[in-house]
Amino acid sequence: MTGVLEGDIGMALVNILLLAVLFVVAIAIARLRSLFAIVMLSGIYSLVSATWYVVVDAVDVAFTEAAVGAGMSTIVLLGAMLLTSRTAKPDKKFARLGPLLVVVATGVMLIYATVDLPALGDPNSPVNTGVGMQYVQINWADTGIPNVVTSVLGSYRGFDTLGETAVVFLAGLSVALLLGFGERSLAESIRRGDKVHGRGKAAPSQAKPEEDAS
Amino acid sequence: MNDDHHVILRVVSKMLIPVIVMFAFYTQFHGDFGPGGGFQAGIIFAVGVILYALVFGVPSAMRAVPPVFTRALAAIGVLLYSGVGYWALLQGGNFLEYQALFQEPPGKHKGQHIGILLIELGVLFAVAGAMLTIFYAFAGRVAEIRDKDW
Repeated sequence: MTGVLEGDIGMALVNILLLAVLFVVAIAIARLRSLFAIVMLSGIYSLVSATWYVVVDAVDVAFTEAAVGAGMSTIVLLGAMLLTSRTAKPDKKFARLGPLLVVVATGVMLIYATVDLPALGDPNSPVNTGVGMQYVQINWADTGIPNVVTSVLGSYRGFDTLGETAVVFLAGLSVALLLGFGERSLAESIRRGDKVHGRGKAAPSQAKPEEDAS
Repeated sequence: MNDDHHVILRVVSKMLIPVIVMFAFYTQFHGDFGPGGGFQAGIIFAVGVILYALVFGVPSAMRAVPPVFTRALAAIGVLLYSGVGYWALLQGGNFLEYQALFQEPPGKHKGQHIGILLIELGVLFAVAGAMLTIFYAFAGRVAEIRDKDW
């Protein structure tokens, strides 16, 4: 901790602002009952945390968070929401006590742990003195790839990335095995609007009135 | 005439979807030099198709990018990734040892570049295919997402 006061005040303000927005969004998610609003707010939460990752110089993580957290998982949650009801049932007051205790205890422990955290980007912190610095030093001679993140991900830790790819594939496979491939709706739409299909691309938007009328 | 108030959405997304897909490939092939890589590119590509599905309806997206194609793509991605590993094995190296792909001495980087390019492509295929499969599995169960369902 090399002097809090010497740090960039503007940076600190940006950090405080972003974390405050995260806090407000998290409280809103916990209080709301409408699932649609919750899904949208969780997307906003991901987007704001992505912005915050950019502020702390973790650009790759920010990129992934923006794409996966704000984009993909919001869409999957929306798709899941469409299959169920639109509002969550309110909990009993009594049932909220346990989770509240767990959350407060975890929060207190985390805040206690921040006292020992090294300063952001400290070159002498354990993270940077270990194998991380070594990768930065030998990367160019080893792989000739300018981006250390890519060379660690693809070359040094190729096995891990293969495992991650397999996990993504297995996730897709198991969802497809549980829910089906979704081709039923395609087959249904082809059967229902066969002439729509023949009329060309612009047609589907005009062919809907008969079902909207119902 | 329920569709009329979506006309701006349709026009704008028609212009945006090619840009989104282009950006996915930029992310993919620029991953060696800046932030990005196969995971992000795969998601962005999938999101381009999903945006099409949300605006124009899931059936027309399924005609453009059929479900059989997405699930095959996911499998091909994993196959491509592990294929690079076996290629290195066949060249006498360890599994996924890119230096062995062209049997280069240390200091030459052709194998590293080709190997990482191929495995990132594998990741792109696997992620894009798996994400689209998941999206189709969820969205395909609702016959048609109507406006009043939102």
